[in-house]
Amino acid sequence: MIRIISILVGAFFSAALLWSFGTGAASFIKEPPAATAEKLFHEHPKAIHFASDGAFGKFDNQQLQRGFKVYKEVCANCHALKHVAFRDLKAIGYNDDEVKAIAKGFQIPVYNPATGELNTREGLPTDRFPPVLYAGQGNPPDLSLITKARHGGGAYVASLLTGYAEQAGYKNAKGQELLKLFPDAKTPDGLYFNPYFANLNLAMPAPLAADDQVTYTDGTKATVAQMSEDVSAFLIWTAEPKLDKRKQTGWAVVGFLLFATALAYMAYRNIWAGKKGH
Amino acid sequence: MSFPWANEYKPGNPLTQWLDEKLPLPRFVYNAVGAGYPVPRNLNYAWNFGVLAGFCLMLQIVTGVVLAMHYAANAGVAFDSVEHIMRDVNWGWMLRYAHANGASAFFVVVYIHIFRGFFYGSYKAPREMIWLLGVVIFLLMMATAFMGYVLPWGQMSFWGAKVITGLFGAIPLVGEPIQVWLLGGFAPDNAALNRFFSLHFLLPFVIAAVVVLHIWALHIPGSSNPTGVEVKNESDTVPFHPYYTAKDGFGLGVFLLGYCTMLFFFPNALGHPDNYIPANAMSTPAHIVPEWYFWPFYAILRAFTADFLIIPAKLMGVLAMFSAILVWFFLPWLDRSPVRSGHFRPVFKKFYFALVVDVLVLGYCGGAPAEEPYVMISQIASIYYFAHFLIILPIVSAIEQPEALPFSITEAVLGKDESATLAPAAAH
Repeated sequence: MIRIISILVGAFFSAALLWSFGTGAASFIKEPPAATAEKLFHEHPKAIHFASDGAFGKFDNQQLQRGFKVYKEVCANCHALKHVAFRDLKAIGYNDDEVKAIAKGFQIPVYNPATGELNTREGLPTDRFPPVLYAGQGNPPDLSLITKARHGGGAYVASLLTGYAEQAGYKNAKGQELLKLFPDAKTPDGLYFNPYFANLNLAMPAPLAADDQVTYTDGTKATVAQMSEDVSAFLIWTAEPKLDKRKQTGWAVVGFLLFATALAYMAYRNIWAGKKGH
Repeated sequence: MSFPWANEYKPGNPLTQWLDEKLPLPRFVYNAVGAGYPVPRNLNYAWNFGVLAGFCLMLQIVTGVVLAMHYAANAGVAFDSVEHIMRDVNWGWMLRYAHANGASAFFVVVYIHIFRGFFYGSYKAPREMIWLLGVVIFLLMMATAFMGYVLPWGQMSFWGAKVITGLFGAIPLVGEPIQVWLLGGFAPDNAALNRFFSLHFLLPFVIAAVVVLHIWALHIPGSSNPTGVEVKNESDTVPFHPYYTAKDGFGLGVFLLGYCTMLFFFPNALGHPDNYIPANAMSTPAHIVPEWYFWPFYAILRAFTADFLIIPAKLMGVLAMFSAILVWFFLPWLDRSPVRSGHFRPVFKKFYFALVVDVLVLGYCGGAPAEEPYVMISQIASIYYFAHFLIILPIVSAIEQPEALPFSITEAVLGKDESATLAPAAAH
């Protein structure tokens, strides 16, 4: 009896699935899904290597400091960094006085409950980066976690920053021309064409437009590519400031576990030694 | 119950003697996972995963309780409180990654445990109750994991909560009121987050209680084994301690190596980047996908794309998704073959491996965007999934000719078993 019921239930689900499959297949044949501009022209992030990549990778503090400079002078005009405190910057090589000076350069909003006034004061090392009130349209995302919140992480951010292109005549690697295939995909006014962005059109104009836009003091040549990589490296750090410590701990843990597991294996073989068949 | 040759607990000193009279807890442990529990001597590494699942549960409870000391279940600050744990709490990043990857590790272990059961017929008499309780544990785990994923209050948390509670909206007539009642509002918000946190804290202890029942039920018939032949004799078994404590110790080491490699070197590999974006009711992510351990069932849900007879596609998908797990409850009565182990079932074995591939395909499609060809592939794979349990197993178990079984576990291990000869003395 249970077999008959079960076969009937199975037949019911199979029939419903076949029906779905049939309707889906019919519309698939009648109207095959058309290729979209996003599918054909969206580029994966470039292969960019960061010092912090890989199991042995470590942050390069000099690069992080350059990246912080780019953030402070360019990105910070529109993007906040609310999960990072000024005191955290000590981890990338600034000393107490430098952190105090950096914090002083930011204005922290303070609300006076007695008068209802909204004022500002100079930042302290214990403060976090203040919110950025963006006057234009749109909503520039907070950058604290941006490299963890996007597929491709730091490489995505660096690719995006260097990926702006002239849309007229733009061809992908296969030689297909975007506006010839999809005339409707023309970037609307107020947006900027960037094939590394998911829908190809980005509200942010290229923020790093010319070499030496930020003055580096450590002798590194401030090319657009260099600045992009530096600020991406900095944003990898803001997203995961404990990255170095995590990997360091990981090697100690894995090393211990290898030793303990080897001992456990020998104990296991030893205990079972008297049992035939093992 | 135990086998008559099981070692008996003998308290060694006055303190344990005193304790044994008042509260025989050491005796209980001795009989459950000590030298007093005789276990088949031929268990392979597939039998390590029960202990590993228990370890994962403890790991999740310990890390979870500490995380709860720092987490704030309020929609306004939940996301930031998780970042506070990651940045400002001492070793908070390790706790959180241990908990998030611990959930994945728990599911890896439990899926292997379940598929071990499928292959070796662990659900068959006299072990049906162990199996049924196991399915209950799995359902509780899914509920707990789902609610846990909502707590960081990122984009996938929010939209996952919306999609999954939306499933209840597919119930005819009362669906929508039920959904609103479950969420405490028309969309996931503070009320939903708070109750999910409360339940996420409660359910692991419910799981722990059902695990106790699961192990209790296991100790009545004793552990199954790769031949599927029941224990006949003392020579078929070894005491759990030290034999299997040693083997489980080694298994735990291997497990921890894999788990810690994920935790310390790829902690976000199994997560979705969108969950590092704070929840935003005004912005729907391009692809809403649950965590990887739900993908096979998510693929079944999405495979129903057309209304069938009078049943809307969405309701059909919800019914099928729940049925895909509920069907496991009936497994002991669907597979009637008297032979337990897949080793001795040539036809079943082929279908079993087809099921493994099928579930992997479903998993892949469940994680892929809801577009062709993934939808059509998941439709075919879902047909096989249901056909396997509801049509193929009942028929195969009725018509299959199993291969010859060994006389006993001892014979399977040693090649011969003295007790297999009916009249051993007559030869002399």
